[in-house]
Order: sequence, then C-alpha cells, then structure tokens
Amino acid sequence: MSRGDPLGSSPSHLERPARRSWVEKLEFVSLFLWAFRVAVILVVIVGTYGTVSAGQYPGPVWADLVVFGLAQGSVYALIALGYTMVYGVLGMINFAHGEVFMSGAYTAYFVADALARSGSLDRHPLWSLLVVAVVSMATSTAVAVLLERVAYRPLRHAPRLVPLIAAIGASFFLQYAFRGLYGSGFKAYPEVAVLKGEWVLAGIRILRTQAVVLVASVLMMLGLYVFVMRSKVGTAMRAVSEDREVAALMGVDVNRVVVVTFAVGAAMAGAAGVLYALVFKQVHFFMGFVPGIKAFTAAVLGGIGNIPGAMLGGLFLGIVESVGPILFLDGLGIVAPYQLKDVIAFTMLVMVLIFRPSGILGERLTVKKA
Amino acid sequence: MKRMEVALALAVALAVAVGTSFVPAASAQPVTDPIGVVKVAKGQPLTIAYWFVVAGPDASLGVDTRRGIEIAIDDKGGKLLGHPIRLIGEDSGCNAEGGQTAATKLAANKAIVAAIGSNCSSEAVPGAPILWKAGMVTVSPSNTAPKLTAPDRGPDFDGYLRTAHNDKIQGRVAAEFARKVLKVSKAATIHDGSPYAEGLAGVFVETLKKLGATVTSQEAIAPTDTDMRPVLTKIAAGKPDLIYYPIFIAAGGHVTRQAKEVAGLAKVKLMGADGMFSPDFLKAAGDPAVGMYHSSPDLTPEALGPKYKEFQEKHQKKYGEKPLSAFHPHAYDAALMIFAAIEKVAKKDAAGDTYVGRKALRDALYATKNLKGLTGTLTCDRYGDCADPKIAVYQLESADPAKWEPGKNPRKIYP
Repeated sequence: MSRGDPLGSSPSHLERPARRSWVEKLEFVSLFLWAFRVAVILVVIVGTYGTVSAGQYPGPVWADLVVFGLAQGSVYALIALGYTMVYGVLGMINFAHGEVFMSGAYTAYFVADALARSGSLDRHPLWSLLVVAVVSMATSTAVAVLLERVAYRPLRHAPRLVPLIAAIGASFFLQYAFRGLYGSGFKAYPEVAVLKGEWVLAGIRILRTQAVVLVASVLMMLGLYVFVMRSKVGTAMRAVSEDREVAALMGVDVNRVVVVTFAVGAAMAGAAGVLYALVFKQVHFFMGFVPGIKAFTAAVLGGIGNIPGAMLGGLFLGIVESVGPILFLDGLGIVAPYQLKDVIAFTMLVMVLIFRPSGILGERLTVKKA
Repeated sequence: MKRMEVALALAVALAVAVGTSFVPAASAQPVTDPIGVVKVAKGQPLTIAYWFVVAGPDASLGVDTRRGIEIAIDDKGGKLLGHPIRLIGEDSGCNAEGGQTAATKLAANKAIVAAIGSNCSSEAVPGAPILWKAGMVTVSPSNTAPKLTAPDRGPDFDGYLRTAHNDKIQGRVAAEFARKVLKVSKAATIHDGSPYAEGLAGVFVETLKKLGATVTSQEAIAPTDTDMRPVLTKIAAGKPDLIYYPIFIAAGGHVTRQAKEVAGLAKVKLMGADGMFSPDFLKAAGDPAVGMYHSSPDLTPEALGPKYKEFQEKHQKKYGEKPLSAFHPHAYDAALMIFAAIEKVAKKDAAGDTYVGRKALRDALYATKNLKGLTGTLTCDRYGDCADPKIAVYQLESADPAKWEPGKNPRKIYP
C-alpha cells in the first residue's frame, strides 16, 4: 500500500510524523523577512513621531507637499496605465514604455516651440496645448504600435523572458534613435503665459500647471475606466486579459485587441509626456528612463494588471516620494533626506513584492473556473 | 616519464616567472623611464587625448574646454617637435561611471602621450587613478573639488594636475560676497552628491559660519531629479535669505524655475556656481533666472588681459559663436603646460623618432613655474594645483541665451 523505497525506511501511511512545533518551523529566511518588516515599520513610526513632535513644519507645508506629490503621482499613474494594460493583455512588462512617453513629449516640443514663436501659445493657449497634446499622443501611439508589430508580435508564443529582453533592447534602441535624431542636449519647452502663477482653493495653494496636470489626468483616467468597462473594445480587452485562447474562441480578434491596448496605453503616456513637459520644461532623450521605472513601480504597487490599481499606485508613489523623506527621515535626524527619496520609493516596492506580491488592489486573477 | 614532464613544466614556469621580473623598466633608446616611454615615429602624429563631457545636458562644458584646446593647438601651428598634434577624446558623462569608462578606454591606447580632463570632479575620482596606472598624466581644466589635490589624496593621483581653481577659494569668495555685500544672515545650500557640489557647498557653509551667519539647512538631491519642490518647501520652512546651489545645468535649471513657485521663497536670493555658468543654463532655467547670482572664474578682459581678447576673436572666427562656458582659458593653459613639458623632456634619436618618458613628463609638469597662460601665471604646487585663481561673482541680467556675455550679461559685480 505504501510506496516503500528499496531500503524500506519510509513510514507507512499508518504512522504520522510528529507535528513540528512552530519553533522548529522557523527558517532563517522568514526570520530575516520578519526582522526587515519590523525594521521598516520602526523607521516609519519613530521617524514620523520625531518629525511631528518637533513640529518644525506647519500645516500649509504638508498641504503643499501632498499637492506636489499628487501632481507628480498623476503623471506616474498615466504612464503606469500603459504598463498595467499591456501586462493584463499580453502578460509581459513593456519596458520600452518609458521611451514611448519620451517620444511623445520630445516630438511635441517642436510643435510647441513653433506655436510659441508664432505667438499662438499666448493668444489661444487652450487650442495650442490641445494641438501639442494631439501631436504627442499621435507620436507615442505610432511608436508603440510599431514596437508591438516589430518587436513583440513575432515573440507572442516565445517563453516569458524573451519578450522582456526584447523590450529592454527596444528601450535602448528608442533612446539612442532619439539621441541620434535630436541630439544629446536638452530642449526647453516654452512657457505658457496663462499657466504662470497659482490658485488658492479652500486655503490650499496649487500651481496652475499642477492644477492642469491633476484635472487632465483625472479626466483621462476616468475616460479610460469607462472605455474599458463599458465599450465593446474594452470588454474585448478584458476578455483577452482573462483568457486569451477562450476569447479567441469567442470570436475576439486578439491581434486587434493587442494593438488597441498598446495604442491606448501609449496615448495615455503621450498625454503624460505633455503634462510632464508643462511642469518641468526640460525634455531630453533620456528623460523617459526614470519616470518609466517609477511608473512600473507604481503599477506593481497597485497591482499589475489592475487599472484602478495603477492609478492608485501612481498617486500613492507620488505622495510617498514627496512627503516621505520629510516625514520619515527628518525625524530620525538624517541630513539631506531628499537625497534618499528614491531609496524610500524602491524600498516600498521591495516590501510590496515580498509581502504582498499581488499589490495593493491585487492582481486581476482569473475568476473561479466552473 | 609523467614525473619528468611535471618537473620540466615546473622548471619552465619558474624560469619564465623569474625571467620576466628581470625585464628592465621600459627603455627605448635614447630614453629610459621607470614607468614607460612613448615613441612617436618620424612623421607620425603626436596624440593628446581629452576626456570631457561632450554629450548630454552639460555638453556646453565639454565642448567649451575642447575648443580651448583646439585653439591652443592652432596657436602652436598644429605641430609639436615636428609631429602634427592629433587630438582624440572620449565622452565622460559628468558622473563616476562615465569617467571610469572614458579613462579606461584612454588608458588602453598606449600612443597617448598625455590627457587633458576631466570636466567634472566626479569623473576624476575614479578616472585619474586609472590613467595614472597606465602611466598617463592628466591635466584638468575644470575639476575644482578640493579633495583631488588634498595632501591625503593618495599616490593614485600622482599623475593628476589642474589649471582650474580649487573650490576652497570659490566657496570662500561666494560666502564673503553673500555675507559682506548681500548682508545675508541665514542661508541654505543644495548639493547633488557629487564631489564638486558637496565640496563647494561645504566650503561655503564653513566660511559663512565663520563670518557670523547661520545656515538653516544643507540639502541634497540627485542630479537626475526633476521635482525640486519638496526640497524647496523644506528649505522654505527655515526662512533663509539666500539659497546656494552649486550644481549642474539640468538640476540647477529645475531648482531655479521652481524656487519662485514655492511658498515662502518669493523673496529669496538664488546663487549658483561655475557648473551652471553657461547659456544652456539660461535655456534650462528661463526667466526665473534673471537676477540670480553666480560664482565663477573671472572672465572679464580686465582680469585676463589683452591675450584673452585675442582668444575671443579667434574663437568667434573659428566657431562662429561666443564661448559656451567658463573654462576655455583653463583648457588653453592646460594644453600650453603639456606642450611645454613635452618639449622639455622629449628626446629625438638619429632616425628622427621622438621619445617621451612618462615619469619625466609627469615631473616636468609638476615643475611648471611661472608659465604665462591665459588665466594668469601658472605655478604647480606639489599636489597638482597649478592655477592662478581669479573668482568673481556675477549677476544675471537677461535670460536670453543669445545675449550671453560673461562680464556684461551676467554682469560682474564682485570684487
């Protein structure tokens, strides 16, 4: 009855091995992970307590920091949407997405510059900005669709790592193609006169450019959510992300859905590029790298494959980057805490990956199969 | 027989090991040198290499210094000791990795007689030892971090000299200006973690404290950061009169643009340093830069004399534009120093080939005394500081990059 081995030393099914006490079940790795968890929580609590009790920063300062974080976070959220949708549909991380973001912003610079020189940017700011945004989104979409056709579609059935490497290679290719096209220096976006200055809403200061960024991002995220949930193409996208083969059996054109996914994600990234350029004004060929990584972090934080998760992750990451160094590290007496803001952001990513790999809102796993 | 073979192999290995240790230090007639000798055959070019930041947001610094060398080569007639001078170079990226890569590539090219570089102190920290390991000297026209010529810098930097000022001087001048002229009582600094910025901000803080002012906070950012508003908000809480941010063009542009947007900093004076002294900075910072101060080498004709005016005319004729940064005269002088030293130590043999001993070249460079260059009179001390430093403080009048003219815009206001 029992599959005894030749030496006959395995226990028969009648004997049960004695239950190991929980002390014996502890392994070094889980001990270390617990220690890590405790250490980070201690840093957060002690640091926060130290900062708040020192009381060096009045309320408006915190409000300002949260607003800055939200503005930065919404740019991350828009880029993260592209990562999360492509992962949902294809199961791969499109590492070249940061470059898609850069290509839109960079190409739109020339339009913005021409409009500024002709004076349209000052006379009709809304129309000019819309034109710039359209050019940016169109370029990003074109780059992303080309990328999908050339670099990813031939590898659709390859093992998971192969498209990943292709994505990294595509990222380098795009960076240096743009460097070759436009030079290695930076270009400065023109100032929009009507966007200089700030508004005060309910006692909270918000810069006009940041207000535009926030409003535009929220509108676009809402639009995307409605599109994915209500429209036919959106439903097809959700079907393909749940189960590609069955969706194909149901008559969904998978290739078309993938192209639409890339296009929509890239359009979001192109818009994010214009918003980023509006706020920071410097564009150069390498500008997509760091926002790309941060957006990927945000997407994973919120739950990769989950659209509201990407939005939440982006905003959360932005706020933590803005408020975190002061809140956690200043209270611990660390000098120049903002130098460590990337440490905070990526430590958070590591924590999420270790302790809740499915992210804050959880990965959209397939529903229980009947 | 197997034992015999093993014994034979061992004997051969031993002989080779012992034998190679007896190879004399490189000697090629007629020069013997403990480190190495460069031979330039008759009619072949004599190779000088540069390692500058010629690409990226700080490219103006590298291109400017490279042009200084090119004009120096032109002034020498393009020939040294009968060999045409060939200038090759690598991009060093203004960070440690780039400096390491550039230095490694140059160190592998044994035809290089001497190197000129780097631009950013962060590149020189790993790069200069790599070059010196290969026996190559390097003279920097724009490294200013104090630690590169400090007495405790170590023997790895024995082949390193510079014609740029030491930031101990620049930080002091900037702090004296802030305290005595602007009557600043509270100041804050921002650096970007690089040896240059951290060193300069440190000297500024030290001098300012000695002069009786308080430093409300010393902050740091990463050079690739774009959102400076949280750091500036933190600084604003201390209510400083002046923010000194001796960083580079990209980050400096962001700080300048965003400083006025942060609550509490509307009246704060902004001051930068020579890392941002370029029309590219005006492009990055835009209108908010008007009225800000810069500490930088003194490039006015009153300080540098008529030879500088001639240089400016040659530059305009050759490149069609004004110099892009602050260190072209230092690069010119670095080239002059190297040419003079090579001429001193090089020996020709009967066939017309030239030989340059590397250690002799290094010693000759360190022995440079009273060399009349564009920036002044250069004398090298035993740690490689050769400059005749003249630092000025400027104020920016117009943010139009086309109107860049050191001395007028930005206008020199101190001393």
